[in-house]
Amino acid sequence: MLYALLCYNSEEVVFSWSKAHDDAVMAKLNLVHEKLAAQNKLGPSLRLVPTTAATTLRKTSEPPLVIDGPFAETKEQLLGFYVIDCEDLEGALGVARELAVANPGGAYEIRPVHFFQPGTLPQGTVAG
Amino acid sequence: MSEDLAWIDAALTSARPQAVGALLRYFRDLDTAEEAFQEACLRALRTWPQKGPPRDPAAWLIMVGRNAALDHVRKTARQTELPPEDVISDVDDVETPMAERLDGAHYRDDILRLMFICCHPELPATQQIALALRIVSGLSVRQIARAFLVSEAAMEQRITRAKARIARAEVTFEAPGPAERAERLAAVAAMVYLVFNEGYTAGAEAPDARAGLAGEAIRLARLLLRLFQTEPEIMGLTALVMLQQARAAARFDPEGAAILLEDQDRGLWDRKLISEGLALIDKALRHRRPGPYQVQAAIAALHDRAQSFEDTDWVQIEALYATLEVMTPSPVVTLNRAVAASKARGPAAALELIETLAEPLAGYFYFHGARGAFLLQLGLSAEAREAFDRAIALANTAAEAAHIRGQIDRLTADAAAKAS
Repeated sequence: MLYALLCYNSEEVVFSWSKAHDDAVMAKLNLVHEKLAAQNKLGPSLRLVPTTAATTLRKTSEPPLVIDGPFAETKEQLLGFYVIDCEDLEGALGVARELAVANPGGAYEIRPVHFFQPGTLPQGTVAG
Repeated sequence: MSEDLAWIDAALTSARPQAVGALLRYFRDLDTAEEAFQEACLRALRTWPQKGPPRDPAAWLIMVGRNAALDHVRKTARQTELPPEDVISDVDDVETPMAERLDGAHYRDDILRLMFICCHPELPATQQIALALRIVSGLSVRQIARAFLVSEAAMEQRITRAKARIARAEVTFEAPGPAERAERLAAVAAMVYLVFNEGYTAGAEAPDARAGLAGEAIRLARLLLRLFQTEPEIMGLTALVMLQQARAAARFDPEGAAILLEDQDRGLWDRKLISEGLALIDKALRHRRPGPYQVQAAIAALHDRAQSFEDTDWVQIEALYATLEVMTPSPVVTLNRAVAASKARGPAAALELIETLAEPLAGYFYFHGARGAFLLQLGLSAEAREAFDRAIALANTAAEAAHIRGQIDRLTADAAAKAS
């Protein structure tokens, strides 16, 4: 079974950490990452830029609505995520719009990523 | 500080603007609000380590602070005149659920008001900054004094005087209308940029305090952006301070001398801050409502994006400075445009742009330094030398003078080479 771990914390607190503190936390985490990677248990992991940099594509209307800020509704739940590589926000919105045509309803929150590691899970590892 | 206490400290700091802002709305008096918050913090330090932090630290601090201050007011009622009941808003709703009492719609205006009272137009810039750092950020007087390189007593006096001034000012406690809110937001944005510049330009003196101020400005800008998520100029301001601060680690050598942009080790630039700043510019541009912060952020972004100094897109940078000249005309903006023009179109075009600046910028170090460099590129050695001499006379720091002297040495060396 594959699991996604979704990381929550106060971004106001985390993003006011000093570089030294941030580095120390990352160093501690990296020890765990390395152990998991050696056991082939680690898939992609990433750190997101704060929600102030987020944009949301609401795909309940046609055409979808672009809203500044993170996804804030509580009626819908996080069901999955993509990692995409685009030139800029317009590019990312283009991809989101294309996906929205295929799967309307709900929303996509677009969050820039500032740390990404692909992990060591072999391709084709499936759920279940 | 143990890890636990560090966490509480961070939570108290991040809850401070909202909590003090709400307490100010209740009590309509800054000192009462600050004392109430202080009391709430003391109780938090006593109870949070055992019980763990509350779900909503700001709400907890507002509740506890308000009750503590009301107790105090009741106890000292004989000595102190009680504020009229209608001034202390919602005193009687002790039984209503906490969530309701902390009207979410208020808190944005609470924080904006708290920041806005620090921007009183009669206060000189340095006092606005000191006040914001004390009231909004909650830095101690000693920390602020260190950043300004003055004694603690002098800073204490400065802040007390500034507080007295704003106590006399008329600040409405009703929710502001859209026009007034926009005005407040613009004033507060300018104040945040002042805080940033105070930290950014402080040079190599007090490097820790300097980094602290710039970091604090980024925190305040993020706070504003969280409150006003759809304002492109707030995105621009936040991007601007991030994109400039991203170069901090490369700006000074170990001896504290400034390193020019062209000589900086770009590997030391903070890529995390750069990517966040760039993402914010992206968002702002979609609104097609350009403003000075967005344009300045776009200029900073072009520098940050360049792999090397030679790769810099000077044509775009000159175009952006030309836009900025129209939005906020000033001789310094024109001078910056001329520097970009000299790279994009050559020294003759640059000299033409600054022709009219000799008078307004007569006492400005950078004007004479840049003019000397343009003249030197044109091969006008004698004129260049004259401009450099004037620049040295106006240099603010030893590093500035040394940089100009370097150019004069080159002139002299070239002349000697020609003569031999």
